[in-house]
Amino acid sequence: MLKYLLRRFLLVFVVVLGVTVVTFSVMHFTPGDPAEMIAIGRYGEDLTQKEIEWVRTTEGLDAPIYVQYGIWLNHLLHGDLGNSLITGDPVLSEILTRVPATMELAILSMILSLLIAIPIGIIAAIKQYSIIDNFSMIGALVGVSMPNFWLGLLLILFFSVYLGWLPVCGYGGFEHIILPAITLGTGMAAITTRLTRSSMLEVLSQDYIRTARAKGLSEKLVISRHALKNAFIPVITVIGLQFGYLLEGVVIVETIFAWPGVGRLLVDSIFARDFFMIQGCVLFIVIIFAFTNLLVDISYAYLDPRIRYQRRD
Amino acid sequence: MSLLQITNLRTWIPTRDGIVKAVNAVDLEIEDNEKLGLIGETGCGKSILGMSITRLLQPSTKIAGEIVYKGKDLLRLNEEEMRKIRGKEIAMILQNPTTSLNPVLKVGDQIAEAIRLHQGLDKRTARKEAIEMLESVKIPLPEKRANEYPHEFSGGMKERVMIAMGLACDPSLIIADEPTKGLDITIKMQIVKLMKEVTKQRSMLFITHDLGVAAKICDNIAVMYAGELVEYAKTDEIFKKPMHPYTQGFLNSLPNMGLKPIRGLSPSLIDPPSGCRFHPRCDYAEERCKNRHPEMLIIGNGHYVRCFLYD
Repeated sequence: MLKYLLRRFLLVFVVVLGVTVVTFSVMHFTPGDPAEMIAIGRYGEDLTQKEIEWVRTTEGLDAPIYVQYGIWLNHLLHGDLGNSLITGDPVLSEILTRVPATMELAILSMILSLLIAIPIGIIAAIKQYSIIDNFSMIGALVGVSMPNFWLGLLLILFFSVYLGWLPVCGYGGFEHIILPAITLGTGMAAITTRLTRSSMLEVLSQDYIRTARAKGLSEKLVISRHALKNAFIPVITVIGLQFGYLLEGVVIVETIFAWPGVGRLLVDSIFARDFFMIQGCVLFIVIIFAFTNLLVDISYAYLDPRIRYQRRD
Repeated sequence: MSLLQITNLRTWIPTRDGIVKAVNAVDLEIEDNEKLGLIGETGCGKSILGMSITRLLQPSTKIAGEIVYKGKDLLRLNEEEMRKIRGKEIAMILQNPTTSLNPVLKVGDQIAEAIRLHQGLDKRTARKEAIEMLESVKIPLPEKRANEYPHEFSGGMKERVMIAMGLACDPSLIIADEPTKGLDITIKMQIVKLMKEVTKQRSMLFITHDLGVAAKICDNIAVMYAGELVEYAKTDEIFKKPMHPYTQGFLNSLPNMGLKPIRGLSPSLIDPPSGCRFHPRCDYAEERCKNRHPEMLIIGNGHYVRCFLYD
């Protein structure tokens, strides 16, 4: 068990390190001279070649690229992601002020999607081909097919503009988070519902379910004790992967609802060509994603003893 | 009165390709303490017959006839009453222990849950009983093994766990479905010995296609072909004087009897052959075998056979 966790943790470390290489390279291989870009950020569009060269030497941009990477990584490890090219504020503190808003939205939409998906998926499986099953599968199909930005706009039109119940956009009280959370949550719920249903159906046809019934257990116990734990193993994987989808959705939904989170910061930075900020946001998103998957691996081990006791792959 | 009396049992399973008539007009009796072997080739309906007794088939399955257990017709009980019979009165040892044990639950807990349910014991006492059950099926270090998961057990050990699970609530009748399938010969003989020991004071319906095993365990043998019983007799009698051509063919196909297979394939249960269901494969088939369905005949001394040869 400890070995398993250690191996997973090492894997996360490797992934994050790989991502630092990629984000760093992107910065350097994008067209345009980084020294020039930094200089533009600092001194405006009117530049002399001298100013650019001065930036190049002071920022260490004339050193070989692996040395630059080393320096950059060293700074990164000390929590220094550089300063925004636009505002000049440290990237890290800017991201950290945006994190709570994004996390609030991400976690609430995740909870919302699970609250919808898991019960409906289970009921749909138990009552296969019933009205409930058919309706939920149609609902899931609609949910999967509907793009986030479109659903978000529809919700704004109906609840904010037409009914006037909820604010159109912005950050503040609970009423502000309802529409963005629904927008993000329902799309994910659609996928999880389908998966919970099919996973549950498969488990219910297994021999050990028949064994459980042969013992005289009630249907409720058969499902709660024997079926659920097995059915959740694939569902957990997808929930982990969906967290990646969620961080991607956050970028769109935060933009639509003017939600002051990391996703919106990323979009704004891209438009402003604020490279250090983009780097920081991407790193943040990747690290969150990698750790979510670590969490998934840990819950795997909890759910499936065959993984827990595996000596080697 | 016998412990279990099955009369005119029909189990029909609707599928996409048509209705599978898995069990047709089967009459069977099991006395107290009797071990009855139900033998036949794969797909003849013997497992379905076993599961019809405890009604463990899909809800869409149609089961008709009578299954009277201790004076109660099991087919007339509601689900709640049936649950009190399952595991407690009639236990099943289902085939294929690798897939029949829940991979994510500890073996001890899987045995203990039936004990808790039917005997109303608390968790700790039920656990102690579960460990005793593991000990009774001769699993070494039962206390340690109770805390392990099925994948940590070998095939033979898993089969022992299945047996312990079946015996946990001291049932009067055990339905064992191919408990020796897939085990190698030494392990198989150990399991046979164990089954004999633990069923000394019980009745058992022993479903198998392994005649050698059936001979060692069973008092009587019923031979099933294409959803019907074709022969029934005492175990010695079946081996000494097999009467139905199918039983004869089955015996001749055993390794120590010459390994001669029965020609043809086992028939579809959706659209079974007319007349005698065995006639397309039978060396003695006459004209009437094709058109008329033979009845079960009594050939003295509790020997029954469904064949026109003895008419």
